[in-house]
Formats: sequence, structure tokens, C-alpha cells
Amino acid sequence: MKHESITVRGKERYKSGVMEYKRMGYYEPDYEPKDTDVIALFRVTPQDGVDPTEACAAVAGESSTATWTVVWTDRLTAAEKYRAKCYRVDSVPGSPGSYFAYIAYDLDLFEPGSIANLSASIIGNVFGFKPLKALRLEDMRLPVAYVKTFQGPATGIVVERERLDKFGRPLLGATVKPKLGLSGRNYGRVVYEALKGGLDFTKDDENINSQPFMHWRERFLYCMEAVNRAQAATGEVKGTYLNVTAATMEDMYERADFARELGSNIVMIDLVIGYTAIQSMAKWARRNDMILHLHRAGHSTYTRQRSHGVSFRVIAKWMRLAGVDHIHAGTVVGKLEGDPNTTRGYYDVCREDFNPTRLEHGLFFDQHWASLNKLMPVASGGIHAGQMHQLLELLGEDVVLQFGGGTIGHPRGIQAGATANRVALEAMILARNEGRDYVHEGPEILAKAALSCTPLREALEVWKDVTFNYESTDSPDFIPTPSIAM
Amino acid sequence: MAHPNLQAVAGQGNGDAAPSSIDLRREFEAVDIAPILAQLDEELIGLAPVKNRIREIASLLLVERIRRKMSLANTYPTLHMSFSGNPGTGKTTVALRMAGILHRLGFVRRGHVISVTRDDLVGQYIGHTAPKTKEILKKAMGGVLFIDEAYYLYRPENERDYGQEAIEILLQVMEAQREDLVVVLAGYRDRMERFFQSNPGFRSRIAHHIDFPDYSDDELLAISELMLAEQNYRFSPDARDAFIRYIALRKAQPLFSNARSIRNALDRIRLRQANRLVSHLDRVLTSDDLMAIEANDVLASRVFSGGSDGPATQP
Amino acid sequence: MRITQGCFSFLPDLTDEQITRQVQYCLDRGWAVNIEFTDDPHPRNTYWEMWGLPMFDLRDAAGIMKELDDCRRVYGDRYIRISGFDSSHGWESVRLSFIVNRPKEEPGFRLDRQESIGRNIRYATRSYAADRPEGERYPT
Repeated sequence: MKHESITVRGKERYKSGVMEYKRMGYYEPDYEPKDTDVIALFRVTPQDGVDPTEACAAVAGESSTATWTVVWTDRLTAAEKYRAKCYRVDSVPGSPGSYFAYIAYDLDLFEPGSIANLSASIIGNVFGFKPLKALRLEDMRLPVAYVKTFQGPATGIVVERERLDKFGRPLLGATVKPKLGLSGRNYGRVVYEALKGGLDFTKDDENINSQPFMHWRERFLYCMEAVNRAQAATGEVKGTYLNVTAATMEDMYERADFARELGSNIVMIDLVIGYTAIQSMAKWARRNDMILHLHRAGHSTYTRQRSHGVSFRVIAKWMRLAGVDHIHAGTVVGKLEGDPNTTRGYYDVCREDFNPTRLEHGLFFDQHWASLNKLMPVASGGIHAGQMHQLLELLGEDVVLQFGGGTIGHPRGIQAGATANRVALEAMILARNEGRDYVHEGPEILAKAALSCTPLREALEVWKDVTFNYESTDSPDFIPTPSIAM
Repeated sequence: MAHPNLQAVAGQGNGDAAPSSIDLRREFEAVDIAPILAQLDEELIGLAPVKNRIREIASLLLVERIRRKMSLANTYPTLHMSFSGNPGTGKTTVALRMAGILHRLGFVRRGHVISVTRDDLVGQYIGHTAPKTKEILKKAMGGVLFIDEAYYLYRPENERDYGQEAIEILLQVMEAQREDLVVVLAGYRDRMERFFQSNPGFRSRIAHHIDFPDYSDDELLAISELMLAEQNYRFSPDARDAFIRYIALRKAQPLFSNARSIRNALDRIRLRQANRLVSHLDRVLTSDDLMAIEANDVLASRVFSGGSDGPATQP
Repeated sequence: MRITQGCFSFLPDLTDEQITRQVQYCLDRGWAVNIEFTDDPHPRNTYWEMWGLPMFDLRDAAGIMKELDDCRRVYGDRYIRISGFDSSHGWESVRLSFIVNRPKEEPGFRLDRQESIGRNIRYATRSYAADRPEGERYPT
């Protein structure tokens, strides 16, 4: 959509009254974004009868300096610098009435190293705006100048592997089940069985904090007993994500310090603690040599629908900057929402040092991470050993595969479940490295490994017909066709 | 490109019965060695006896491969070779092409060439040689080890020489790891002969001896014109005649290294041409002027008066 | 017991053919392959003894398998592992590591518990083998 700039300049600009956003300087189609600009891509769905360019300009305005009427105090500032500029508006393919708005923000608008400020700036004001029917923050381009102001993941994939001494395969985990109700001592039993059987990690669930059925100190004490027992029984480094989420930062620090005192190598927080708390915990984790696991609790309330909210890829970018080491990023084949192409985009955002624009994966910008540590994605929810070849192909090697039900629900018990998963994984990696077509021969490879592993044989039998096939609510807008030459 | 190695070919991997007949043309096209033989034809001027020998060996190996497929052959063939001849006669080039042929026919797994001389294999003090030689051998596994002037390994007159150790290790590997490595020894004809006499173990391990004769005068002229054409030069008719005489004279002198000596001579001719052009600064040069080699550029060489052309030690 | 460190410890011990294929996988990716051995299998023992130097620039696994044979001949009574090292930007670390040789008997570990303040316990994992000096840990 090629338009001319219709910005009003000079004294006319500041005459009292109401002026259209696109004349106030928020729509500048000739503007070349600077390398130091922060760029946001919004999916804008204006109300019926609202001009699309005006709607996009309004988004730019309301996420930077505008208010609904002209104000003289603007003239006390270098106003043009602080105005966000919508420099490009495209129709969304296949969605009439929706538009992609590319908006550039000057670097000075943001406090260095603060996700709270970034999010308050970009999404803090504009989403309730009446002239819009729906609005989604689809993607962001963060300039290297801004990336460098953040700590980034406290540990990162490489150092995590070095600390665990585990190279060459995905890590294995399981959430302790049942979700709620176990007491500390019984909770520890699940942890011990799963780790002894062959998993690398177990995980507190997002809502396990400190409840009447189990106080957090009990959980921590019994879990560390279990972790150390399992470590001595196997000779491997083991861990369990101790959830330190609490009502206040002071409580969180108390819990995290206790976890460190007990010798845990990893702690866990939930997304709902807020961006400020997450960054504080990332700093604490770096200071205390602790791996920091983030559960993305609550994200689906705003990430799931394509038309409105914030895309998870933006959350993933923010979290990599903020400094968590693990983030749940989807499984594709499990029980929770996730289209394979968009999920691939999330994984690339976590793991690569440079993300090239790839519209079919939902990546709209070239994003340089300037050697920021890499974030380990976690795949959790409804996956089982029989899908190992698909998981390896779709998600790669640097991922934590969490089999909660898939471990604890094994007919012969938790250890057997853990062993089944570990044997399936190692056999698949062995076959892949040998150059076999493991994607198509997966079931054969698993069956062969099961010949010398009874737990695996039973697992394959019990779950052989389990799949979750539903239409995704958030698949990419772009499919690779010859006509899209980007 | 993926060429199944010979172990895979021979075993057929999954227990199929060996075929009782094989389509020769299809097999020949499948291994795709024709392009390498054609490349050899183009790259090297003349050398007809060498090229024939290579073709013969390639045919032998192709038949060997087919025999293995049909389970008629069950011992691994010996593939080590020796190349004898004066320097500059194409031995290294042929070694590279041979590695390609061996790879495509499935006799070496990777097809790379590691080229060494005595100093790469032999150490300066006790205990130095074995690890040095083993390092080289590890790097060469799956490919071809080309040892130039191999006879320098053997220095019986010096009792503190460690070459013998390297020789022993090589002989061992050449016998026991024929499936992992092919060794090519190269050097002057008479010195290679003396080396084999003093170390008969080598001769018995070498399957193919290839002799690289000196280029004929006509071949040397053709090589020189090819080299000039590559750099956009050409002889004038007088210069060409002068160069023919140059070749005859130079060949008779010591330390003649065939193609290498030709290249050096051409470098000096180009130097003289440049000096001739620059001696008169007030002129406009055309591309013809820049390309032409005149008779005097050739005749200025001291070879024509019985002396040597360039520094005394330059071949 | 059987310590389960490394990438393939839950599978039956790898045959030489399987090891060769894994080594070739590393070489095909340009990773340097390293052979290490130890008789102290504690999970936090990072620095096993190196057998020679990491092997750079090799194309074929045969050279490495020969080194492994030599290592087994001398230290076949201990743990030996093979690892592949990736020097490219963003990694500069090990990418694959797996055990290729074990002592005949693996006595395992003892968990020492030291009661400390409150309900805390300080844990130490101690290897039974390490009770004896280096070189005498695994009777043949």
C-alpha cells in the first residue's frame, strides 16, 4: 500500500483542536528505520468504517507520544524524535479487514535493560483503543544497541550442558503428577523414582507454590533428598525445578536462597510473577550459579488467538532478553496448541544467534542477538515415547522434552516410564547419527530398542493410538509459494 | 557425493543373494569414472603410456568391483603404487586423479590425498618418529598417502637416522590396513629402483608400478603454448622457432624438470618482454603488443651460449 | 551397578561398528574427536585424562578407532569416553560425548548424609572405587 506522507508541519501542526493521527506525524511512508530503532509489527483490525492507514497511525501514536487532541506542551520537546512512525502498511493475506503495521520507535524512548518499560511502552496503552476491533503485537525487531543492555539468559544452553555434563541429546523431564495434593514426602518419592529411572529433571507444576497440603520448605527438603539419592544411584547429575514463585519478591528471594542452600542446580518461576520479578530472578540466578526455568503460565490468555493479543514469539524474545534459561515453547504433537511452522519460529528465536526473516515461520524481521546466551526451549504436554522420532525431527536436539503423564502413567510405575523414555530417546539419537531415515523408520527403531527394554515395549503398547489432532488457532499467514519472493 | 564403499558393496548389507550377472555399461556409468579419465586427458599433455596404464588399472578395479558384487572375489586387492620419473612429469596430478577413481569405485572411503615427504614422517630424536608417522597415517585414513622422494626415508650411512622406524610402520600399515589406506611412493627412477632393492618389503607390497617418461620436445612446446595462452601471451613465428631450439638445448642440460622448467623459462621470457616494452616510454601499447613474445625475448637466454638460464641451482 | 553418564548409556554397550559410525558423524561435522579415560567416575569429575590430543582435521574414523584400541590395551580396566568438540561460534563446546569402555565391575556410589541446621542435610556422593588409590581401583 503505497501512500504519500500527509504530515502537517510547522505552526499549523500545533493549532488547538483534533487532528487525524496520520497528519500529526505518525504515518511516514518515506521513513527509513535506523539500525538503532526498535521496530514493532502490529496486526491491526480497524472498526468498520475506520480508514486503515489512520488506524495504523493511531496505533503508532497511542504507543508513543500522542493523545486524542493537540497539546502545546509537545513544543517543549524534540517531538518529532519521540513520535513513533508507521512506515509501512500491508494487507494481511487471506484476512480482509486486517493490516500489518510496521512501526519504528526511537531508541531513546526506552529505558536500557527493562522489559517492564518496553512492554509498558509498546502494549501498555494502545490495546483498548476504541477505533480498533482487534490488535495483536505480532513481532518485534530489537536493535543490537538495545539487546546489549540486557543480561540475557543467566546460564544458557552451552553452559547448562557443561554443568550437567550431558551432550548430544535432548534433556528429559517430567512434571510431578498429580498436579496438586501430594505432601512433601510423597512428592519426593515421585521425583526419586523418575530421576532414578532415567530422566534428567523433574518439575514442579506452575501452581505448586506453598499450599495447605504442602508447605514449600517441605517440598524443597524432600526433593533434594530425592535428587541426591538418584544422583548417587546413577552417577549422573540430576535436578528438579523447585518453584520459587511467591506473593512478594522478598518471599521469592527467601525461597530461592533456601534452594541454593540445599544444593539445587535449578529453580523455577512462573510468567505470572511479572516482568520485573523475572528480571530480578534472572540476576539472582546469575549471581548464584543457578539455572532458571520459566513456566509460561497464563500466556495463552493473550497469545493464542491470531487476531488479538501478543504473539508468543514476542514473549519469547522478551524472555531471552530478560534472562531465563528454560522456556516452555510448545510441542506441536502434544495436547496443547502449536502449529509446526510457528513453533519452529519460536524455537529459532530461543536458540539461534541470528534469526533471518522467514515469513512461513512467522519471523518478520532479521533479528541479531549479538552473542546473547541461548535459551533452551521446553516441550511439555501430552507427549509420549512413541512420538520420539517426530519430536526429534520437529524440535531438534537442544530442547527439554517433558513427559509428565508419559512417565508417571506407565503401567509398571514411574521408574519404568522414565526408562522407557530414556531408551527411546537414546536409540533414536543413535539411529539419527548413523544416517538412518529416522523420521520414517522411527516406529521400527523404537520397536527394535523395545526388544531389549520391557518398559519401552509396554509404553509403546499402552499409548500407541494417542494423538492430538486439532486445527491450529494460530498458523502462519504466509505459506511458501512461488509468488512470495522475499 | 555418496559412493557406497566396497565393504558395503561386497556384503550387500542385508543378506541378498549375489547376482549372477551384471550389466557392464550400467555399472560403468553408475561409478562415473569417465569424467575423471576425461579430465586426466585434458589436464596432461602427452603422457600416452601413463594414461593407458591408468585406464588399464581402472578397468582392473572395475572388474574387481563387479567380481566382489557377484561374490567371486573375497580377498581385498592390493592397491599401493609407485610412480617413477623425473620431476615435472605429472606424478602428483595423476595421484590426485587416481584417488578420485579409487573413491568412485569404492576402494577408498573418502578419496582425499595427503601429500608428504620424508621430513613429515621422520623425527629428529628418539621416540619422535612413531607419533609423527602415526599422525600422518590417521589423517590419510580413508584416502591416499602420497610420499614424494620416498627413498630419502632410507639413509643407511647415518646410524642416527630414524627413517627406518617410519619404514617399518609404513610396511606394517601397507600390509595390515589395505582397506583403510592406499600408499603411493614417488621419485626419480633410478633412486626408486635402488630403494626397492635395499627394502624388498616395499616391492612386494606394491601392486602397480607406473613409469612417467620425460615429455618429448613436441609435447614440451605444446605445454608452453598452453601455459602462454592461459595468460594471454603468444609466440611470434620467429619466437616459436627460437623456443623450439631452446627446448632442445635446455633438455640436454642437467636438472631439467620438464613442465616445471618450461614454466620457469616462460617466466623469464615474460620478464624480458616487459623490459623490452618499457625501454621506450613514448609509445601507445595495444593489446597485440602486450600479448606478443618476440624472438629476442627468447634468444637473450644464456642457454643458447651454453650457460645456464637464471641462478645456477634453478632447475 | 552401571553408571549412566554419556549419550548412550541406557542402550546395550556399543559395538565397534556403532562407535565408528558415531565418530564418523562427528568428523563429518568438522568436530575434533577426543578420547579420555578415568577411574574416578564421580558425576562432577569434569577432567578425565586425555589419551593424546584432540584429533583435528581427520576425515575417516579408522584412525580414531586405532587410537581407541591402543587406549583400551593400556586402560581397558577403566572408563573410556569419546567426545566430539565443536569450535564454531555459539558453541565452542562438546556436542556429543559417550562411554565406550567400562571396568568389569562398577561398585557405584555411596550417599553420605551430614545432618545440619534445622531439617537440612548436606549430601556428598562418594564413589566406592575412589576409596582406593588411582591405578588400583578396579581389580581385574
